[in-house]
Amino acid sequence: MSESSQSNGKPLIDVEHLKQYFRVRSGVFVNRTVGFVHAVDDVTFTLTEGETLGLVGESGCGKTTLARTIMRLLDPSEGTIRFRGEDISDIGQRKLRPLRKDMQLVFQDPFASLNPRKRVAQIIGGPLKLHGHDDVGPRVRELLERVGLAAEHANRYPHEFSGGQRQRIGIARALALEPRLILLDEPVSALDVSVQAQIINLLDDLQDDFGLTYMFVAHDLSVVRHVSDQIAVMYLGKIVELAPAEELYTKPIMPYTEALLAAIPIPDPKRNRERERIVLEGEPPNPINPPSGCRFHPRCPRATDICKDVEPPLAEYANGHLAACHHPQNVSAEEIKAAGKSPASPLSAGDELPQP
Amino acid sequence: MTRFVVRRIGQMLVVLFAVTVLTFLIFNVIPGGDPALRMAGRQPDPGQLEIIRHQWGFDEPVYVQYEKTMEKIFTGDLISYTTQQDVMDEIWSRVPRTFALAIGAAILWMVFAIALGVFTAIRAGQFSDRFLTVLALIGISMPVFWIGALMNYYIGFKWGILPNGGYVEFTDDPWEWFKHLLMPWAALSILFIGVYSRILRSNVLDTMNDDFVRTARAKGLSERQVFLRHVLRNSLIPIVTLWGLDFGAVLGGGAILTETVFDLQGVGQYAAESVDQLDVPPVLAITMFGAFFIVLLNTVVDIMYAALDPRIRLN
Amino acid sequence: MASLLEVDDLHVSFATEDGLVRAVDGISLSLDPGEIVAVVGESGSGKSVTALTLMGLTRGPNVSFGGSIEYKGEDLLDAADERLRRVRGAEIAMIFQDPMTSLNPVMRVGDQIAEQILAHEHVPKDEAAARAVEMLERVGIPRARDRASNYPHEFSGGMRQRVVIAMALSCDPSVLIADEPSTALDVTIQAQILERLRELRQTENAAIILVTHDLGVVADIADRVLVMYAGRIVEQGTLDEVFYNPQHPYTWGLLGSITRLDIPPPPRLPSISGAPPSLAARPEGCHFRPRCPHEFDKCTEDPPLEPRAGDSKTHCDRCWLSPEDKRARRYVSEDQIGLEAKGAIV
Repeated sequence: MSESSQSNGKPLIDVEHLKQYFRVRSGVFVNRTVGFVHAVDDVTFTLTEGETLGLVGESGCGKTTLARTIMRLLDPSEGTIRFRGEDISDIGQRKLRPLRKDMQLVFQDPFASLNPRKRVAQIIGGPLKLHGHDDVGPRVRELLERVGLAAEHANRYPHEFSGGQRQRIGIARALALEPRLILLDEPVSALDVSVQAQIINLLDDLQDDFGLTYMFVAHDLSVVRHVSDQIAVMYLGKIVELAPAEELYTKPIMPYTEALLAAIPIPDPKRNRERERIVLEGEPPNPINPPSGCRFHPRCPRATDICKDVEPPLAEYANGHLAACHHPQNVSAEEIKAAGKSPASPLSAGDELPQP
Repeated sequence: MTRFVVRRIGQMLVVLFAVTVLTFLIFNVIPGGDPALRMAGRQPDPGQLEIIRHQWGFDEPVYVQYEKTMEKIFTGDLISYTTQQDVMDEIWSRVPRTFALAIGAAILWMVFAIALGVFTAIRAGQFSDRFLTVLALIGISMPVFWIGALMNYYIGFKWGILPNGGYVEFTDDPWEWFKHLLMPWAALSILFIGVYSRILRSNVLDTMNDDFVRTARAKGLSERQVFLRHVLRNSLIPIVTLWGLDFGAVLGGGAILTETVFDLQGVGQYAAESVDQLDVPPVLAITMFGAFFIVLLNTVVDIMYAALDPRIRLN
Repeated sequence: MASLLEVDDLHVSFATEDGLVRAVDGISLSLDPGEIVAVVGESGSGKSVTALTLMGLTRGPNVSFGGSIEYKGEDLLDAADERLRRVRGAEIAMIFQDPMTSLNPVMRVGDQIAEQILAHEHVPKDEAAARAVEMLERVGIPRARDRASNYPHEFSGGMRQRVVIAMALSCDPSVLIADEPSTALDVTIQAQILERLRELRQTENAAIILVTHDLGVVADIADRVLVMYAGRIVEQGTLDEVFYNPQHPYTWGLLGSITRLDIPPPPRLPSISGAPPSLAARPEGCHFRPRCPHEFDKCTEDPPLEPRAGDSKTHCDRCWLSPEDKRARRYVSEDQIGLEAKGAIV
């Protein structure tokens, strides 16, 4: 959380030029690969211990795939993943096993992510038993209380709880093994607005108490604002903007980020009537055949010829703010001149930095 | 589409090959399986056995025997070890009987299963539903040879309402043909009606709660339109595909018990008799015959499924 | 002059194993052409049951109704099934939340639209099909003629919801009910859908009832707001009235728990403690009392829905606190929306 995060500055997760391509197969007798879905297409960032990274984008931008690849639920096609300095990109399952308790996942759908045939005690105690703990009862009760439920809930089944309560159970399960990193994949999208606030507050508290690091995936920039230290915006497999949380909202550089912000309704009727409506038309295109140059150019209101031909590199502006755009907004001429090419820039992008 | 068909034909050849090899090997390994012994009759002397073995090629290596037997299947020269008759001729003469049983039963069980499934779904929870459910479960639990034998005995023999087994060619007397097949059709169908109606009932009840059914009502469609065009259509898809698979099995001679109990002298019964006498050539041929139909109907079912549910692609 | 749609003291109760569930407990609302009325509430507030009942989709053996629903002067609550069927889709149309599941997956999209037209009008099949294509064009689906023969799964989420809207509008209904139309969609697509609804109001003078739990969406397009809690309306008024002069603590809670981008984030997100009551066993007196930090002795008496704010006769609420008390407790400042984000409000 922005103000009081207990960060000790050490990188927990280090991702370098990570790619996840899925094969598209076709063929008569033998399936030949005819194309690739570029789900994650050269992503680089660092997640510092104790901090929260918000990862935002529309459906199909690759954010969920990125999260799963980092957790090694999928094997990366290319690139490096480092966990506390150790390269985990292609270590075998056996070496991964002890690391699994350090990285946990909280899912989106509180109705589908809990096994309906198991009692809460089994759901939360399961991971503990798997890693060799014997008497899990007390720990389960402790976890339930930690997430705001009562110890007697341990004996019930998921269907006896509301959406918000089920999500708390999911969080308790994730906490069971005392992980260092928790990946949250749209954890509040399926919940009512006031319940969302409760869960976000809970996540905040837990982060302070346990020194957790979060990666928070969402499709909505408003949800991540409260919990994130850094926010990355993804589009069609690439990170197009990365900034410290508040700066993203006050100084969005890339038109896509601006459009995302503009899409969020402000619960203030007067301001809504006054503000300029930028409605982003169209849908994100097919990740099998992404557009040339800057992938956003077909939908971008400010696109020019260069945007069609040349993929913009991730330029590093002041304050650790990265953006990939030939026509950056909200930055002064000096800032543009001072910007250099970030090492996080995808290898396929050119060197053409924007000119003031 | 062509890619799909070509792939399936390839799979079929592989399946047929595997099935025949396995069958052949099994019979070569079974004790007492030496056909020469049985052909020679009582107290054969070794010399005679040798002659028979040589004549029939039993002294050759297994794979050569296999090859030669398979060849004979395709040239139509396959001779039964026990009856010395041409196997393929025998099979062709029995095919109409098996087909008559299979096709008639398949239609019968489908019609009744749909009717029963829909009826119990609409009246779910009420007395008629529970009563018919019990009946369906009884139907599933009764072995076909038992119910067949009972029907044969009481309806056929004791009360003489219908013929007591046997088969009459359609070309000879259509009415008698029909009467002879009624009980076999019923006996074979009872199990399937029980199973399919339960599945359909469950599908219909699930589908009735789906969102798109609510949308259909919100559009102002009548209850009947909602049921037929939206609920039933979606619920039937898995049933239709199951039906294809069971139909394929029965067509290929799989209704062995029914054919035997009612003495229809179909392909299935032939297979049973041949296995009993360890007569390899008919078993081999019928196994291929059955496998062919199962793979064929499997393919048809996949195509049907893709045609009915556009979310399924053949690849 | 009577409104297009007039709901008076509507009650909907379900007989269940746990007792009588009063899902809707005395709702009144009116709707005129060119208006968007938002019905706001969380899960279990009764907002969806209200919407479905307007269409007659909640009828069943275990359901009992009270009050009245008048559409163009005609009573719909007691109307015959056949009459309701003709109203549904042709006069009052509904769009649902999840476009993934609300279309028949094995039927072509054009056929599904044509089906609705044919159910209400005696036109030849090809005319219905042509009109279906026209509807798809109107909602902005490119290459509408080709896409009419596609199946729902061949469309993306946003496009599917447009198909649903096209279908709902195909018979030119006077009232459109939208039940959480954009909740399941990305925020950018949500903006597009809301834009479409706004256009409908502008160009066609449509009368829309928007059911949602998202106050941001409400602020974007609604003209009037009804806040529902535990089956009842706890506050209602024009958009500005409810947002700038909210009277009920539940409304404050809802407004407070929205994460907003236009003001600095609070140290802690205000939220409403506890959970909504079970509709089978509601608390005595004011139903919000167990969760309300401002409750006092009068709250054991059930507050009626009355105008108390003093700004207009149509701004009503169900809270015994005096208007001065309310102003003091909700930390409102002149130019700012209902709540100032200064820590927990409730």
